[in-house]
Amino acid sequence: MTLAKIGVVTAGALGVSVGAASAIDLTVISWGGAYSQSQINAYHDPYMAENPDVKFIYDESAAEAVAKLRAMNEAKNVTWDLVDAVAADAIRLCDEGLALEVDHDSFLAPAPDGTPASEDFGDLIVSDCFVPQIVYSTTFGYRTDVAEWDGRVPTTVCDVFDLENFPGRRSLEKRPINNVEWALHCDGVPLNEVYDVLSTSEGLDRALAKLDTIKDSVVWWSAGADTPQLLADGEIVIGSTYNGRLFNLIEVTKAPVAMLWDAQAFDLDGWIIPSGLSDERVEAVKAFLTYATDTQRLADQAKWISYGPARMSSAPLVGQHIELGVDMGPHMPTAPANSQNVLIYDYLWWADYRDDVDQKFQAWLAK
Amino acid sequence: MRALLLIAPLLIFVLVTFVSPIVDMLFRSVENGIVTEILPHSTSALKDWNSERDELPGEAVFRGLYVDMVIAVKRRQHTRVGSRLNYEAAGIASVFRKTGRSLRKVDVDAFVRHFTDLHPDWENRAFWEGVFSDPAAAGVLPNSSRTFDAWSQDFAKPEDPVPEDFVYVALAGELRGLDASDLSGFGQPYAGMLAEAARTIGRLDEISLKQEFLQLDSEWSAATLWKTIKIFSPPLTEAYFLNAVDMKKGIEGVERKSEAERIYLVIFGRTFVMSVTITLACIFLGYPVAYFLARLPLRKANLFLILVLLPFWTSLLVRTSAWKVLLQQEGVINDILVAVGIVDDSARLVMINNQFGTIVAMTHILLPFMILPLFSVMKTIPPDFVRAAKSLGADAFTAFRRVYFPQSLPGIGAGSVLVFILAIGYYITPELVGGIKGTFISNRIAYHISTSLNWGLAAALGTLLLMAVLLLYWVYDRIVGIDNVKLG
Repeated sequence: MTLAKIGVVTAGALGVSVGAASAIDLTVISWGGAYSQSQINAYHDPYMAENPDVKFIYDESAAEAVAKLRAMNEAKNVTWDLVDAVAADAIRLCDEGLALEVDHDSFLAPAPDGTPASEDFGDLIVSDCFVPQIVYSTTFGYRTDVAEWDGRVPTTVCDVFDLENFPGRRSLEKRPINNVEWALHCDGVPLNEVYDVLSTSEGLDRALAKLDTIKDSVVWWSAGADTPQLLADGEIVIGSTYNGRLFNLIEVTKAPVAMLWDAQAFDLDGWIIPSGLSDERVEAVKAFLTYATDTQRLADQAKWISYGPARMSSAPLVGQHIELGVDMGPHMPTAPANSQNVLIYDYLWWADYRDDVDQKFQAWLAK
Repeated sequence: MRALLLIAPLLIFVLVTFVSPIVDMLFRSVENGIVTEILPHSTSALKDWNSERDELPGEAVFRGLYVDMVIAVKRRQHTRVGSRLNYEAAGIASVFRKTGRSLRKVDVDAFVRHFTDLHPDWENRAFWEGVFSDPAAAGVLPNSSRTFDAWSQDFAKPEDPVPEDFVYVALAGELRGLDASDLSGFGQPYAGMLAEAARTIGRLDEISLKQEFLQLDSEWSAATLWKTIKIFSPPLTEAYFLNAVDMKKGIEGVERKSEAERIYLVIFGRTFVMSVTITLACIFLGYPVAYFLARLPLRKANLFLILVLLPFWTSLLVRTSAWKVLLQQEGVINDILVAVGIVDDSARLVMINNQFGTIVAMTHILLPFMILPLFSVMKTIPPDFVRAAKSLGADAFTAFRRVYFPQSLPGIGAGSVLVFILAIGYYITPELVGGIKGTFISNRIAYHISTSLNWGLAAALGTLLLMAVLLLYWVYDRIVGIDNVKLG
């Protein structure tokens, strides 16, 4: 990215014309890896082909986007034009005034049948600053060749907590989010009541007590690649991670692993525009977003990665994986067969209680 | 002077790129200006509120809160102060967020009418500008002046004829309790008009903004919320440091956190113990290697040095991941042990995702920092000394212990200082192979910098870490003497 910039600067200094007079470089922040590649294939490359005066500069620091945007804002020098962020981060960025509020209907394309964008995205617009892109989920994968299980197959998320029928090590993410919800759920709380229970002072203790029952068998992961590697090596028998990673493990690596979709934790990923950009840049970004989040483009992305498009109108257009030729529909977290029992992540609750719960969770871990 | 000029470029470079960011970051550990900056009226009104008695603050505070909130929402700052206070008491962030969203519903027409019914001039922007450009305004009506300035400079369009509601609320709040004599400093007609408005201001007492706020969010009736705001009003705070040592600034003063929330002292202790262990392991493994290298002819020594340096040049992530492959339960080492029959298949050793894994991986990564200074010090020890000792009757061990070893001490010193200081701030390896019991304080600092955004707490933890290192450095200087440290 820096090299590209230097190149542009030098070219400018030498009087070499770079593109048309209205040429613009847009710095786009995303997560890197297969995910960024799916975006480049589905959105950026076709857009550049149609708009030769736009050039994208890619940066893979989405994981630190909130902290970096805050620092840029304090330094009054925002150098990013478009940031890929999970919904929780988008809410925080919006809260802190670090992201631009957008009017979804005014610049996002309507669905092919004319449904306005705000209805097509529906509830997934969880913040005024957030333009949803995909639905992904954190869910479990398990090895299909565990001898000790005597042919039993985990069917509910509570089997993760069942050491008797499903012995072996399991992996969970090294943070409270999702884990405490699953634990409470398996302690007998219906999924739609977990946040009410967690809000009480005993709720968290109850969740931690349930996690205590398997604590000795848990490997805690912090990077998304951990669980697939641990599953592939037979280091664990069941573990949570992002569904796209498991898809790769099962369909590309052909590891003896299967998906457990029960109580998958839905989450969203999408775009935000940093606040503090010049009008000209905002216009350029909006033009790109109009294109990149239309019905066809969102459906296209599913050709490269198994995350569900955020528009309702995109779902019927989801086809096959471009290299594997696998039908992608059944691998989407949003597929009806997969989403019968879903944990809807409560962004606002976590925004309030994350620090508090995290501190207690870390103290519990350290015990 | 000339010497100073010569080093000036470097000095300025270091100051700008190194010292000032650190000082700025350290300052965040005590900085707390955000509360009074965003809530100036409420916090100044809260000064008169007695937090001992469990009753809610009075109407003056809620009027101040209304003005603060309107301005903060316009500037999109209300959730920032909410997040700041949320660090101290969970749940406050959503009170501010919710209130900000529905603030429009608060009805303050009565405040506007109180003035405009008295005289139509109160609907005239030019008149308002006259009031607040009067020399007496800043002294007698400081809050209203500030509010009007904020409105006219930041929010008003040039053509707006009438101030917005919140300016009226601010003025009404401040006129409460003032009378004509207080306002006599103003020129005419302002003094008269203000006095007239102040005389009848009691009429507004029946308007309860408190009730309006309670309707927006019943949490505004929680005494803890108000006490938290009051406790965290001062521009400087020790709260981040207290948090960093598992204490908190509660309503009844400083107290220890509950058992379930104590975490940092444990991690600090663990960081030190493990860093010391890693340093000792590096000495134990590095000393013989350096000794062996120093005694080889230069050509051969250089060849072997490459072997020391090769891992040093390999990516840190690659080396860490390699340890995972080696140490995990289905990993290479366990497989070999099972194959040889030393370990039973059902009882494979747990060597990763714990302290052992962290110590092994970090010792490996930091070993060159011990070997290189040791090697360069040992190279300078003339072999004649040991020979002389032997010729004087010392056996090999005594010659080593009394002659060679003391001369190699500066190398151990330099290596230990390097390894220990690097180890204590290590981040990526503990994160990847540390599991839950092998993580360091830097992992928590990273969490607060990039995930929780509690930069104050991150700065406090960082400051404590820096202090601890400086303290140890000082102790080391007293015991070993820093002059004895040689890098070559």
